[in-house]
Amino acid sequence: MSTTDVIVIRITGDSGDGVQLVGEQLTITAALTGRDVRTLPDFPAEIRAPAGTVAGVSGFQLAMAEHAIFTAGESLDVLVALNPAALKNSLEHLNQGGLLIINEDSFQDKDWKKAGMEKSFLDNCAEHYQVVSFPLISQTLLAVEAIELTKPQATKTKNFYVLGLVLWLFDLPTTTCQAFIAKKFKAKPDVAKANEMSLLAGYNYAMTLELSRREYMVGQTSRASGEYRQITGVEAVGLALATLTTHTKVPMLVSGYPITPSSSILHECARLADFGVQLIQAEDEIAAICACIGAAYGGRLALTCTSGPGLDLKSESLGLAVVTELPLVLIDVQRAGASTGLPTKTGQSDLRQALYGRHGEAPLAVLAANSPADCFNTIIEAFTIALRYMTPVIVLLDAYLANAAEPWEIPAVESLNLPEIKYNRFPKPFQRDENLSRSWNIPGTKDFIHQLGGLEKQGDEGRVSYDADNHQKMVNLRNEKIQGIAASYAPLVIEGDAKAGILLIGWGSTYGSLKSAVAQCLAQGLPVAYVHLRQLNPLPNDLGPLLKSYEKVLVAELNTGQLCQLIRATYLVDAQSISQCNGQPFSVSQLVHAINKEANYELL
Amino acid sequence: MSSYKREDFTNSNEVRWCPGCGDYAILAALQKMLPELGLAPEQHVFVSGIGCAGRLPYYMNTYGFHTIHGRATAVATGLKTMRDDLTVWVVTGDGDALSIGGNHLIHILRRNVNVNILLFNNQVYGLTKGQFSPTSQKGQVTKTSPQGVTNEPLNPLSLALAAGASFVARAVDKDPNHLSAILKKAHEHKGCSFVEIYQDCNIFNNGAFDEFAVKNNRADNTIVLEEGQPLLYGAQKDKALHLAVEGFQKVAAEEGLYHHNPASFIDAMQLARLRFPDFPVPLGVYYQQERPLFTLEQAVKKSVSDLPALYRARASWQQS
Repeated sequence: MSTTDVIVIRITGDSGDGVQLVGEQLTITAALTGRDVRTLPDFPAEIRAPAGTVAGVSGFQLAMAEHAIFTAGESLDVLVALNPAALKNSLEHLNQGGLLIINEDSFQDKDWKKAGMEKSFLDNCAEHYQVVSFPLISQTLLAVEAIELTKPQATKTKNFYVLGLVLWLFDLPTTTCQAFIAKKFKAKPDVAKANEMSLLAGYNYAMTLELSRREYMVGQTSRASGEYRQITGVEAVGLALATLTTHTKVPMLVSGYPITPSSSILHECARLADFGVQLIQAEDEIAAICACIGAAYGGRLALTCTSGPGLDLKSESLGLAVVTELPLVLIDVQRAGASTGLPTKTGQSDLRQALYGRHGEAPLAVLAANSPADCFNTIIEAFTIALRYMTPVIVLLDAYLANAAEPWEIPAVESLNLPEIKYNRFPKPFQRDENLSRSWNIPGTKDFIHQLGGLEKQGDEGRVSYDADNHQKMVNLRNEKIQGIAASYAPLVIEGDAKAGILLIGWGSTYGSLKSAVAQCLAQGLPVAYVHLRQLNPLPNDLGPLLKSYEKVLVAELNTGQLCQLIRATYLVDAQSISQCNGQPFSVSQLVHAINKEANYELL
Repeated sequence: MSSYKREDFTNSNEVRWCPGCGDYAILAALQKMLPELGLAPEQHVFVSGIGCAGRLPYYMNTYGFHTIHGRATAVATGLKTMRDDLTVWVVTGDGDALSIGGNHLIHILRRNVNVNILLFNNQVYGLTKGQFSPTSQKGQVTKTSPQGVTNEPLNPLSLALAAGASFVARAVDKDPNHLSAILKKAHEHKGCSFVEIYQDCNIFNNGAFDEFAVKNNRADNTIVLEEGQPLLYGAQKDKALHLAVEGFQKVAAEEGLYHHNPASFIDAMQLARLRFPDFPVPLGVYYQQERPLFTLEQAVKKSVSDLPALYRARASWQQS
């Protein structure tokens, strides 16, 4: 039986349709049976926008392949649209000849009206796509009629009907989903039974459709051997925190204020109390970081997380953490802005704010994770830097990274490089070690009494000082300390064709798209070298020499060229920007096009 | 008997408040009282915000943190909840606590974090050189209100009570013995203690409280609140307040049948509403009621050996 390369499916419906649940189960089943998977939940800003409207559309996209893949795909092989609004949102992404599955029950006159569309929209669909249209709700109700449920309860099982159908299509087993149903609805055996019947009915119905499913089947991947699980960025953050607290035996305060999309980090941490991760849902963004500063002063680990406008609100407090040289980590789950902007969409436009968004001279370390699984390493690295250099660290994630999932090779705890904590290393709080890092002297310790504050510091004791020369010295010293962090970095990894004339640079969540684009360029005969930065401040020491060894430097990022400008300014190289600011991840085809355009610039 | 002395809580830092500032008296009262608590200096942390009061931690031989404007309460929340072994004091002013830090104040009170908040209320912005504050009185002339303040002032005690404070008291800088006694009670209270201290800014709001706070005026114009005692005042203790249906009323001592009940929220609210000079100023504990504290677990219960199971909380698979 032949198998195909990468299959991309999007399931889309109302935000109340349970689309995310279907997507998650499909992902786990695919991963468990050895496919490589990448997912992209694209949920609406309005949690429950009016059903059937375009604003209320919730989607879940999954790419699976037999080989390693790095994005959730861009054009669709299969589109499941549960209502006209969902169709409107996604049809343009469906490949010609792709499979379109629609729920007839939700394609009535009133549904078209709600979506602001004409019924004729479907007219030529059959010419372009393979259309399967069936009454999902009626068939679901029939499937579960043997069980005494209210009609809304029975209707609710329809997402499992869809799941069953899709599982068959991809030649995936139903067993994992059946186990999931049994566990999730343990307390409601009737509901569990109904969901299972619905799942199997969907699976069996698909069998009767006489679809050619060959095109939708993929073989197994050849990933390095080891034990894997699916992990989202947010889950990776939680596991990293629990790893840090259990290793150091020091409790951690996580404090945040609910804001999309970073709130999911708070949800994750709320489950980790036994692991020493304590949560304060603060009254506002400022209180959240200030509580962390208080915890850090007390010798505890501290993490605050936020998104978008929340980062603005934390700026002043970050300055206090810089001057008092206290270790804490701030996670900024970037979203598309400015202001409220597109709160559920992704972007990388907070880079400049992370680097410079404080009054005075207030340098701090800035890192960015490059994939959901990499969030685990990045958070551990952030705390390692915070503790070793006694500094606040900003970690830039984004909406895509936080929610997307990928396989993560479960590490052996002994193999991890974890930080050690030592308090009261020197008698005076501002006595410094070879890294210029001060001594973390904590309250409750006899003979280490000191007072800390935002006023300028002088000498080992950190006495308040208004002296002009001292301020100059301290500004230089704090900057030198942060610049020194680069000495701890691993060397840059050059991917693609290191000998190429073109160097592509990226950072953060675009890793998957850029890596795929570079692979395509190489396949097309265009040599491209590729470096992905994890550390944005200080920049790696080996970046400057590397840049000078390429004729052309391209910087791709989901903003208007913030890193590009920084690279031009720092290294005086004529770097060109590939930028996108539409709230979506890069698409590989557009990247390949942009790289080609820049490569052939002289020829045009 | 405590083995600590006043000198254990003082340091050699040069105190930089204006000569004659009420902050000196409060600092002295604190340093006199702290040895009585029997706790080592290193067990205390003074957390302050911005303003003249914010300098206080530098003058104490205890741990101290001079934070940013309005946020001392938020910093103290993180410190105390993660370090329950420490005794945490918040030093704040009327601008710091009630204007820029108003939000954090109400939330630390409602959560009942076990810290002691000392609000130095001088009814003016001193460090920024004389602008009106949220407690400035109507008509008060300041640099930003040359025609007199037109805004209604905020009542810190009413606010604290409404926010759910479990200990609410008031004292004056000019009566250090009473102030010390109240500070000690604030420390003894298990919960968030809120103490408003009328403090004279002799530069920008000189003598604002003299009519009732200075020694010669106190007998006639203040009432020292004592649990279970009538609200008597006057040099001869010949006057009293009585709580009638329509609120407190001034009566002769023998008609003062009301006895102070700090457990009553309603009575505390009525007391907090009394305005000088229509009424004498009640000093002491207005309200005290123990209720659950906001605390967090102090230990890491799980260990590294629990990580492998945590890593596998979601289904894993073996890739061969």
